[in-house]
Amino acid sequence: MRSPRILLLPVLLIVGWEVAAYFIDNPFVLPSLSTVIPILIHPFSTEYTLGTGSLVENAAASLFRVASGFLLAAIIAIPLGIGMGRSRFLHDFLDSTIELLRPIPPLAWVPLALAWFKIGFVSIVFIIFIGAFFPILLNTIDGVKSVKKTWVEVAETLGARETDVLTKVILPGSAPTVWTGLRVGFGIAWMCVVAAEWMPGISLGLGYLILYAYNFGQTNLIIAGMVVIGVIGILIDQVFRAGERRWFSWRSLER
Amino acid sequence: MTLVIQDLSKEFPVPNQVPILALSTISLTVGEEEFVSILGPSGCGKTTLLRIIAGLDSATSGSITLDGETIDRRSSQMAMIFQEYSLYPWRTVIDNVTFGLEMQNTGKKPARDIAMKYLNLVGLAEFADRFPYELSGGMRQRVAVARAMAIEPKILLMDEPFGALDAQTRNMLQKELLEIWEKTKKTVLFVTHSVDEAVYLSDRIVVLTPRPGCIREIVENPLARPRDRTSPEFARIRRHVLDLINESSQPKEDLIVHPPSL
Ligand SMILES: Nc1ncnc2c1ncn2[C@@H]1O[C@H](COP(=O)(O)OP(=O)(O)O)[C@@H](O)[C@H]1O
Ligand SMILES: [Mg+2]
Repeated sequence: MRSPRILLLPVLLIVGWEVAAYFIDNPFVLPSLSTVIPILIHPFSTEYTLGTGSLVENAAASLFRVASGFLLAAIIAIPLGIGMGRSRFLHDFLDSTIELLRPIPPLAWVPLALAWFKIGFVSIVFIIFIGAFFPILLNTIDGVKSVKKTWVEVAETLGARETDVLTKVILPGSAPTVWTGLRVGFGIAWMCVVAAEWMPGISLGLGYLILYAYNFGQTNLIIAGMVVIGVIGILIDQVFRAGERRWFSWRSLER
Repeated sequence: MTLVIQDLSKEFPVPNQVPILALSTISLTVGEEEFVSILGPSGCGKTTLLRIIAGLDSATSGSITLDGETIDRRSSQMAMIFQEYSLYPWRTVIDNVTFGLEMQNTGKKPARDIAMKYLNLVGLAEFADRFPYELSGGMRQRVAVARAMAIEPKILLMDEPFGALDAQTRNMLQKELLEIWEKTKKTVLFVTHSVDEAVYLSDRIVVLTPRPGCIREIVENPLARPRDRTSPEFARIRRHVLDLINESSQPKEDLIVHPPSL
């Protein structure tokens, strides 16, 4: 059986953590598990979060920001990627600029975001947008290019017009790769939100929460926040993977 | 129904070089319910010819007319079956077959009925709700045939449809194709590089020369169907076609020492 094997290391780590916490005996460096778990099992309570929002409120704030930036990125990157995958001209026109901007880490945009959009929601959404945009765009271009020429020609010989080719061949044919781009893009967006919430003037969000906890020396709350960040990341990734299996299994099964 | 190809030539431009002449002065007339094979070695322009007829490519010069009307774009009178597997892997078998009907805005129910009719014809009705990855190569090409037939074209263009299959499956599909052809009486233009396949299937065999593809000879095949591949008449026609191919692949001066045919 597989499950005992995959659980072995996590169990060992938790045991090792407790043992280490016992000997270090300094909750600021390594708090005992017994001080972290109560925070996690009271996610709606503000008593455990030092007077700021509860875990759920903070998580909801982060998720809302990520969802906004991510959707904006998808709405712009997918049509643009389809255009660039289909049109040599558009590709050549935009490619060099995109290659220039792509290696800039999303967080390097923080000062500029502050200068442009001031402190607040828009700046955070902008950072997330930058993080999600490039993986979605590049995967969409790849997906469109991976659509077999024969698929398009079959459609043409069967009477398809331009729009039919787009909606009935290009879109479904590239969808699995676009989906991968969305999954990767969301993963990066989720990483960006935590750091973006360290911008000045933010007062809610999981990133804000763990920095706030640090300022109070509450390492148990830092770790609880990190656990929530990790769990939400895994859950959303699993949703994307479930969608992949549900809708796009044809790609891996196709010989 | 008459398809007339007249003086068709095709050049592919090559940057900074002389263009590749793929086809040269092809003239051919195909009539109602005829089964015509286009035979020639790989690279002689067979696919190019079929693509031009299907409207996927345009000729450099010459014309194609169907019942007097010029064909210079794709036409619903023709359907093409491609050499490589071309089913949409994200669609079930039946949804592949209804694709062309969707393009014509046929209603869902009538489209399904038509698709089932042609799936029955190719013997795959029970696989209607499967996906292409669940099918063997031979079954996939059968579905491709059903998909092409569903739009009820006058002419079926087939580009080495059985080329990727093993010999046994290939023979079976050839036999089935003839049965379908006899039932539906479509005109078939069938591209192949197999002499045996051409002689087994067709009423006439258009033998092309290697680059550039010109018509070497059009061989009539009067043998009654079903044809017996082991019969002496079959062997005689095959021999004749083989000779044509061997001749045309040799430089002209070598023809003097051409070996006597059996
Ligand atoms: N799109 C193209 N561009 C340039 N040359 C081509 C193109 N398509 C085919 N050719 C050339 O035309 C010739 C005929 O090709 P093709 O029709 O595919 O031959 P066949 O189907 O008989 O094997 C070949 O020499 C091939 O290299
Ligand atoms: Mg070919």
